Amino acid sequence: MSEFFGFLLSGVTVGFIYALVGIGFTVIYNSSGIINFSQGEFVMAGGMSTVFLLKAGLPLGVSFILAIMITSMIGIVLYKLISFSKESSQISLIILTLGFAIFLRGLAEVVFDKELHTIPSFVGDGSFDMFGTTLTYQSILIMIVSIVIVTLLYFFFKKTKTGQAMMAASINVDAARLMGINIKKILMINFALSATIAAIGGILLTPITSTNYEVGIMLGLKGFAAAIIGGLSNPFGAVVGGLVLGILESLIAGYVSSEYKDAVAFVVMLGILFFMPGGIFGNTKAQRV
Amino acid sequence: MLKRYNINRDILTLSAILIVAPFFFQNDFYYEIAIVSLLNALICVGLNMLMGYAGQVSLGHGAFAGLGGYIAVILGSRYGISPLFSIFIAIVTMAIFAFLISKPILRLKGHYLAMATLGVGIIISIVLNVEDELTGGSDGMSVDSFTMFGYEFTDSLQWYILCAFLLVLTIWMFTNLIDSPFGRVLKSIEGSEKAANSVGINVSHYKSIVFVISVVIATIAGSLYAFFSGFISPIEASFSHSIELVVMVVLGGLGRIYGAFIGAVILTILPQLLTSFEDYQTLIYGSIIIFVMIFMPKGIASVYEDVKGRVFASNK
Repeated sequence: MSEFFGFLLSGVTVGFIYALVGIGFTVIYNSSGIINFSQGEFVMAGGMSTVFLLKAGLPLGVSFILAIMITSMIGIVLYKLISFSKESSQISLIILTLGFAIFLRGLAEVVFDKELHTIPSFVGDGSFDMFGTTLTYQSILIMIVSIVIVTLLYFFFKKTKTGQAMMAASINVDAARLMGINIKKILMINFALSATIAAIGGILLTPITSTNYEVGIMLGLKGFAAAIIGGLSNPFGAVVGGLVLGILESLIAGYVSSEYKDAVAFVVMLGILFFMPGGIFGNTKAQRV
Repeated sequence: MLKRYNINRDILTLSAILIVAPFFFQNDFYYEIAIVSLLNALICVGLNMLMGYAGQVSLGHGAFAGLGGYIAVILGSRYGISPLFSIFIAIVTMAIFAFLISKPILRLKGHYLAMATLGVGIIISIVLNVEDELTGGSDGMSVDSFTMFGYEFTDSLQWYILCAFLLVLTIWMFTNLIDSPFGRVLKSIEGSEKAANSVGINVSHYKSIVFVISVVIATIAGSLYAFFSGFISPIEASFSHSIELVVMVVLGGLGRIYGAFIGAVILTILPQLLTSFEDYQTLIYGSIIIFVMIFMPKGIASVYEDVKGRVFASNK
């Protein structure tokens, strides 16, 4: 039984990271209809920047803030590139985000390096004993920070004027524009916000799984799967999607086959697409043609 | 006569280019790049039909080509089936597979095919990596030489001719298909699914057919690539290969038959040219994709068409 709780807790820890990546996907997808394939690279940028800022001798807190700022700037750059391209179809914009992802990987190779990096846990190496298994302080930190971020996002979307404007823009761009909402500004905030959330995920994850310039590919794809499982139309569905994925992945790696661990996300995603295409929390059914 | 069968200036130009090209090849390396370009172009012609005419993105065509290749190779090496027949079995298997995936997915509107093919593609590449008793795992497996009607393919020129012939044939068939009622149905779906539906077209059925055709073409190209290179590894089926193919189509020009060819050739040659930049290779590669998508969102072929349009207009 203690083994089971061990898998469960490590699943929840990773699940929260998938959730953060997934939220980033939905924030951009809902406002612009673009599947942003750079999302995983935002996570990588957050983690790698922190590693190298710490190496440069900056204190922990300053490194975090700078890494988050760098990543949100990268998000804004992507938005600027997208808004530059005129008369584009959504497909060519999606290819643009793919190109941007490759560009960011290349940039990380040049600016940083190709090695695997890790950083010490932010809260010490201690751990609690729970249900006969150990839970590291870093895992607890990941859970707490993720819950705080999700709660803040919830209030941001529900209670603030900017958040409401963002929700309005995601429901109907034209109507929102007619109501005097500055769509360009909203889109830019969306990209910056999405990158910020991803960067925080990347920073939190680095002490646990370590990072390198390629780490974003799989993380991005699994976050994407989490977003689809939860329902692309609902940012908070991604939280449930991420947790479901993290837990299943950890249980299957533990009890069935560690080799097929990475396939779990995509098998679940396909199941959802085939049988409940709106996702668990999609508020609209995927439209039939 | 020529007009009736759609043998137009473009297809003759392409044939002429493909015939003349080998005279400039200095060694086998040129042939290798040319053959890989042609096989990528072949996949892209099918993918372009799916993306540019039926309006559906597939992020799994690399995996489909790779899996098709593996099926053909495994049947040949483990069960002693002749190459041509094992490619045939691979085609049938992959066609059924594609049909089964497409049925539930293509009834949905939006980028659902992209999401599903992404998932299927990654699962395929993981399975190919893990099931190493059958596939040789991440090390890949070697492939016996290719024979067709008792005629063994040993020389690069033979391969070049086979691939060039297949590409021209496929493009010619597609030109005909697009001018047929079937092609007009596809165009109408791309334009407006609702409108197509309201005049009685079974939209999801047509999309399924195009998806299956594109997977079959990918299977042919993937199997030929395995036999040509004498080796197959899960890299052929990786997510990045699928992405590469989609980028080729969009870079060349969505919905432009020759765009797929141009995109495939450029993106196959480009990484070779960039190797001299070493560490900066990925950075430059990404920058070029971004640049093209910003300044030529309709692809490189659209620029060519603009220029051609202007030249012929000024002649008048």
